[in-house]
Amino acid sequence: MRRALLDTLLEAQRSGRSVVLATRLSDGAQELVEIGPAGAREPRTIAGVSADQVYAALRAEEAQVAETADGPVLLRPYTVPRRLLVVGAVHIAQVLARTSPEVGLPATIIDPREGFATRERFPGAELVRAWPDQALERIGLDARSALVVLAHDPKIDDPALSAALESDAFYIGALGGRRTRRQRRERLLEAGFAPEAVARIHSPVGLSIGARTPAEIAFSILAQIIDVIRNPGASPLAR
Amino acid sequence: MIAQSRKTLRARGRSGQLGAMTPSAAGHTSADPVLEQAANWLGEGRRVALATVTRTWGSAPRRAGSHMAVAEGGDFTGSVSGGCVESAVIHAAMEVMESGDPQRLKFGVTNEMAWEVGLACGGEVEIYVEAVR
Repeated sequence: MRRALLDTLLEAQRSGRSVVLATRLSDGAQELVEIGPAGAREPRTIAGVSADQVYAALRAEEAQVAETADGPVLLRPYTVPRRLLVVGAVHIAQVLARTSPEVGLPATIIDPREGFATRERFPGAELVRAWPDQALERIGLDARSALVVLAHDPKIDDPALSAALESDAFYIGALGGRRTRRQRRERLLEAGFAPEAVARIHSPVGLSIGARTPAEIAFSILAQIIDVIRNPGASPLAR
Repeated sequence: MIAQSRKTLRARGRSGQLGAMTPSAAGHTSADPVLEQAANWLGEGRRVALATVTRTWGSAPRRAGSHMAVAEGGDFTGSVSGGCVESAVIHAAMEVMESGDPQRLKFGVTNEMAWEVGLACGGEVEIYVEAVR
């Protein structure tokens, strides 16, 4: 690998651009394929690899080998890391903040209330003491973001859910019992969201494993997010 | 390659000069810590090789695409297995730094070195090692 190519690769990652590195294993020929809004293109200098193959590696988030007439070509995607945004700096959030980085989802904790999103309670996590709509606008919810709302307070939870439903967030979850869920759904429908949009919200939040304690609920939420990541559209758990 | 691996294992045991693993505390738009370290080593004027898992079969511990960077002197960061083949890969990395020619390595339980550099998990792994310069 050329030094200049490494620098370009690092720069792409730092600026949040997804790229795929194509390497022909027989002779080491390399090309960095940038992924634009229009999708992937085929490598210009490495023959025999299609745009579809480049895109497939990116979608799978896993390196793949394409067989060509000149031998195997490794397609190694570099995607923007995922992250977890937690609204409501409650006990469940503390467990999430400690454990979510282990599964590639570093946490940002958002809570406007005094004394909640504090360094003592969340060592190591990114903390934002602001109203969720302002915080999320600044952070920028994107397709690499998961959002969980846990505050149990419509003043805090609703603006976060509205922002999430207007975004491409890959996972949206909201804590709440049956009555809370029904009332929240009515408020979101009244606010103009379509029923299909509101259905994006995972609520009750987390996999149904009978979780009771804050830690158990946190793990059920993480497990559900992993399920969404690993089994897009076809969960073995039959969502 | 297999014979070289045996030699390397002994050599590593003596020098014990293995770099610390980089923690994966990646932010939302941060770069791969292994590649960052490779760039840092290059910045220090050290030679660097990059190993990448290209394919796995069975229950290999690291997924395709996993990186390990090796610097002149033997420091390394990242991993390409659960620790079973790293020594052999470091040895290959040294050769690659010297020659500039990439190498393709394959490890599995079927080779005669299974007890030393094979994968105890029963999987197989193919690794590409290239110089960065």
